[in-house]
Amino acid sequence: MGNIGKSSTAVAVGQKKKFTIPVGAKLFLLVLPFLILVFLFSYYPLNGWRYAFYDYRAPLKLSQCDYVGWKWFKYLFGNKMQITQLLKVLRNTFAMSGLTILTSFLPVIFAIFLNEIKCKWFKTLVQTLTTLPNFISWVLVYSVAFALFSDTGMVNTMLQNAGITTNVVKFLDSDAHTWLWMLFWSTWKGLGWGSIMYLAAIAGTDQELYEAARVDGAGRFRLMRHITLPSLMPTFFVLLMMSIANFLTNGLDQYFVFSNSFNMEHIQVLDLYVYKLGLGSNGLSLATAIGMLKSLISVILFCVVNFVSKRTRGESIM
Amino acid sequence: MSTKVAIKKKKKLTKGDVTFSIINYAVFLILTIICAYPFYYLIINTISANDLSANGFINFLPQKVHFENYIQVIKLRGLSTAVFVSIGRVVIGTAATVLASAFLGFMFTQEKMWARKFWYRFIVITMYFNAGLIPMYLTMMNLHLTNTFWVYIIPGIVQPFNIILVKTYIESIPRSLQEAAEIDGAGIVKVFLKVILPTSTPILATIAIFSAVGHWNSFQDTLIYVTDQGLWTLQYLLYSYINQASSLATLIKNSLGTTQNMMALATQQTSTSVRMTVSVIVVFPILCIYPMFQRYFVKGIMIGSVKG
Repeated sequence: MGNIGKSSTAVAVGQKKKFTIPVGAKLFLLVLPFLILVFLFSYYPLNGWRYAFYDYRAPLKLSQCDYVGWKWFKYLFGNKMQITQLLKVLRNTFAMSGLTILTSFLPVIFAIFLNEIKCKWFKTLVQTLTTLPNFISWVLVYSVAFALFSDTGMVNTMLQNAGITTNVVKFLDSDAHTWLWMLFWSTWKGLGWGSIMYLAAIAGTDQELYEAARVDGAGRFRLMRHITLPSLMPTFFVLLMMSIANFLTNGLDQYFVFSNSFNMEHIQVLDLYVYKLGLGSNGLSLATAIGMLKSLISVILFCVVNFVSKRTRGESIM
Repeated sequence: MSTKVAIKKKKKLTKGDVTFSIINYAVFLILTIICAYPFYYLIINTISANDLSANGFINFLPQKVHFENYIQVIKLRGLSTAVFVSIGRVVIGTAATVLASAFLGFMFTQEKMWARKFWYRFIVITMYFNAGLIPMYLTMMNLHLTNTFWVYIIPGIVQPFNIILVKTYIESIPRSLQEAAEIDGAGIVKVFLKVILPTSTPILATIAIFSAVGHWNSFQDTLIYVTDQGLWTLQYLLYSYINQASSLATLIKNSLGTTQNMMALATQQTSTSVRMTVSVIVVFPILCIYPMFQRYFVKGIMIGSVKG
């Protein structure tokens, strides 16, 4: 590493340095502990995929269990009950991801219209309060939902006090409009925060463009439509690609906290299913097999999306 | 043309503009209220008389303000432990990941490192794949991390995304700073501590705030890796309170014992009051911190989007 060239000058200068570890190796040794951590928590878990090929029973060691080959994968697609179950789970996953993608334009609209608000303190207030829900946990969102929509929650008490209904309206313990409710809560949590990036993109748009368009007689809506909106498209495209890459991943927290025996039919997405199956009902090997397929499909999706992005925009999203 | 420009510049508000503005302001006001009101609702209900709040009379202003709920809830068994665990993981977890991100981000700018590019990619690529929930659980079990406090800390120390952020930031600092320190005889660790850490505080603050909120809000790791009640975080405790209305009532009875009988109806604990009070305790740090540090959050997402 250029030491030879340097050593002659070093000798000439009369450096009294003894033989030590080369700098490159020393630097490597300093990061080694962290590399080990990365290996342990990101690469080593892949080894757990072996469980998908065994018939694992909880307290035993893997070596004490039977090797069953592709049994679980065949079971997944061969057993009729299992297929119906899996289709249901996939339907929910696709519905939630689909709805999320369909509503991904909402933050764009939010940003464009918020940008039209000229009163500065009001804008700041709106931004602060609408981004706040993004920073609370799903448990707290559930707690808020519970306070407002449970049997004894605010909405029910209000409805009864106003004499609109006499019966308790079951909002949480029912399977009515489960997907829309889930969409509502994720929008409530994420809308304001989702618009932040777009607002920044608007702020970065060349003001001369607006001036020029105004000179040409463009009104407010035409400015929004022909200048602001196109300036947001690159960001929108990247985020859209990301959500397509994450199509199978809805996250566990939201669906776990909101799930109960009433709405399981429509709330059980893939992540929740894998959790329930693997840690709840002792189907650890089957759950691993499903999780493994999910991970592989996700990686493939990501590569495809990345490829498409490279082709259409000349930029990868990595 | 020039007259037209002059006219356009002094354009007065038309009727359409005014209508648009009014509607626009109104819509955003409603959206803001939808986002903020639930928090307000929780807070006013925890400080109002419990019999009024149980019957749904507290919707806009607190009435008969008292703080008995908070005094009683703190006495609940499990709560103080959970507060301790949650604060512990926020402090230790954030410190660990910030230091590690700073150190690794810095080290990966050192071109002399052996196979630097390879190891950098070795870390970064982990953002794009995931072994899955069950293999992670098995890993934690094999490493004997389940049911320990460290399961909250150790797996989250190395965050590839944060390392990218720090590395990009440090690359923008003039290299001469490090060289000057090296000429003065500082080793690599000393350069890191004396030069890099102080100069990269803006990015580290951003990482710290995101990481702290993440640790405070984290729920899933308790759910999957921890069964020991002594290691429950506040989030998990809150979840169990919401889901176990009946057992909560007995819990209140047990931990408050005879004093409950002497309490007036207005301050008597109900499962609703406990739930809401714990919720407020859980959300309070976020409510306090968020407005103060909002610009850090916004900055964080900006740098993130650049590097994507």
